Amino acid sequence: MSPGLWFVAPALTAIALFFLVPVAASLGLSLTDFDLYTVADAANLRFAGLDNYRQLLDDPVFWTSLRNTVTFVALGAPLSVAVSLGAALLLNHRLVRWKGVFRTLYFLPVVTTLVAVAVVWRFLYHPRVGLLNRALETVGVAPVDWLGDPRWAMPAIVLLAVWKGFGFNMVILLAGLQAVPAQLYEAARLDGASALQQLRHVTLPLLAPTLSFVSLMTLIGHFQLFAEPYVMTQGGPGDATRSLVLLMYERGFRWWSLGQAAALAFVLFAIILAVTLAARGVGLLRPGEARP
Amino acid sequence: MGREGELVRALVPEFERRNPDLRVHVQQVPWSAAHEKILTAYVGEALPDAIQLGNTWIPELVALGALAPLDARIAAAALAREDFFAGVLDATAIEGTTWALPWYADTRLLFYRSDLFTAAGVAEPPRTWAAWRAALAQVRARGGAGRHAILLPLTEWEPLVILALQRGATLLRDGDRYGDFSSAAFRGALDFYLSLFHEGLAPVSGAAELANLQQDFAAGWLASYVSGPWQLGELRRRLPPAFEAQWGAAPMPAPEAQADDAPGLSLAGGASLAVVRSSPRREAAWRWIAFLAETEQQAAFYALSGNLPARQSAWRDARLRSDPKAAAFHAQLEHVRATPKVPEWERIASRIARHAEAAVRGAESAEAALAALDRETDRVLEKRRWVLARDDAAGSTP
Repeated sequence: MSPGLWFVAPALTAIALFFLVPVAASLGLSLTDFDLYTVADAANLRFAGLDNYRQLLDDPVFWTSLRNTVTFVALGAPLSVAVSLGAALLLNHRLVRWKGVFRTLYFLPVVTTLVAVAVVWRFLYHPRVGLLNRALETVGVAPVDWLGDPRWAMPAIVLLAVWKGFGFNMVILLAGLQAVPAQLYEAARLDGASALQQLRHVTLPLLAPTLSFVSLMTLIGHFQLFAEPYVMTQGGPGDATRSLVLLMYERGFRWWSLGQAAALAFVLFAIILAVTLAARGVGLLRPGEARP
Repeated sequence: MGREGELVRALVPEFERRNPDLRVHVQQVPWSAAHEKILTAYVGEALPDAIQLGNTWIPELVALGALAPLDARIAAAALAREDFFAGVLDATAIEGTTWALPWYADTRLLFYRSDLFTAAGVAEPPRTWAAWRAALAQVRARGGAGRHAILLPLTEWEPLVILALQRGATLLRDGDRYGDFSSAAFRGALDFYLSLFHEGLAPVSGAAELANLQQDFAAGWLASYVSGPWQLGELRRRLPPAFEAQWGAAPMPAPEAQADDAPGLSLAGGASLAVVRSSPRREAAWRWIAFLAETEQQAAFYALSGNLPARQSAWRDARLRSDPKAAAFHAQLEHVRATPKVPEWERIASRIARHAEAAVRGAESAEAALAALDRETDRVLEKRRWVLARDDAAGSTP
């Protein structure tokens, strides 16, 4: 065996033990009907084959959760990246003073505890006394029951998630922006480029690798939506904010249907893999490669 | 669990004085984590000797074989079973065996703004559904915009299940193997429940109102609410003493006038204490549980915590006798029924609220909502049917 293999062997063993083995066990679990009765008596375990997966396809709650998760990804991921990019561009501008202060302030939501933040946001969203509805009232919009109306609950969660997460991507994009050489901007200005043209022809192409990385990570992360609906709405109203991971948590840890939850985990894995490959196939996300 | 875990420590010195060979170590766990923690401890073989349980968790732990049966011990200690509220004691018994001893009792009844009701022309709290709906309509007529006669949060399944139990619905059928939500009794309860929303008596809202519940109750944004004994403590703690005269607690109205003027049924809830089967100190655990079930200890625990005693003789205590609102709970506790004693009940109950909400919002018709609820319940109970069928075939009792 080559010395290189010996060098990576400890790390590989750790990965195998703490990642591959549990994943394989989980796959095995998804082929059984492990639940509370099995915890009582191992004789209650039945091999279910692909039944768990078939039941998922038949389950209206699964499709609702899938739809909710896709809505969150479609609304939240582009919005989050756009807001992060906008904030990074603003912060990078040569006219801005106290960059460090603003950078810290915009990053602050990322480090706050979600549970504490959720308490405050629940009051912000309150239909009668919340600040958001008060603000809308001044421009003549009727009060909205943000967390109680099935149409608005998911957008409300999107808003919270974008506010909480944009600082993280902003810091990464800021680093990418600062890597763009100043001479290129100077050259573009000499050629008569407006600010918008500079953005389109100098900034974005050179930012493409960082932007690809940020977009890909945001996409994957948004599919795993759990904490915000768990803390804010518990999946309600009705099933309007029940995401796939929240459904998985309920089935697995609240009701102990670990077989069903494991099947759901692998379905989610397949979905994220498919979407990521499709995005790369279409040429949108290729971290590490500059755009042609 | 919760605050009780801290407060019960005050009763330990007396027990240790009477039993010098025993020491009690109380481990307190928050309610939100308790269910998961108990199940995890069972799997890890790390359960304590005696545990407190929410009554709806008893079927689950019995299915796991985690609890020791108590009938023989109760008989040996000559504990008077009749002294416990019948409905609450029934919640701890599954198929004739008693698995836990009731510690405190819990049920739901109507909290209402007596001053707003009187001003609207309703002198007495309603005793029948028809009178209830009429009273709420009168309160609403006088109330004005944005003020609701009753708050029925769409996230709570308890009010709808209480109405269904009053109508005689069994919730599950065939030995608790299938959902029975499409029955006429449950449908009747759902129709009444929906009418409260569609006539504008209850707001179509979720948990948003609950953030400020007591303040909203005091300000008159909601004139009534279905809640439990903890609300007595919450209202008294959060609002000025002068407010005490403006609200009352009344037993649930019944579908029709009852012959003996009895109130409608309500849920049998509360917590019980059980002995863990795998513990090597079952005898000691039993002595602790029996101690807490003594009349004086039940009254003492009420004084500490505000939780209502499960033993009727403890209600002779002066503090309880002088509280008219606690008297309403006493009247209700004589008319309570437990929910189906299957391990899957919590899971099924969480879906009741979700489908009732769809019907309230008009997303589904009442019929379609109940049919969907039955389908989901049947799917959840599939494993139970298989286990019961297999055990029947093998000739053993489940």
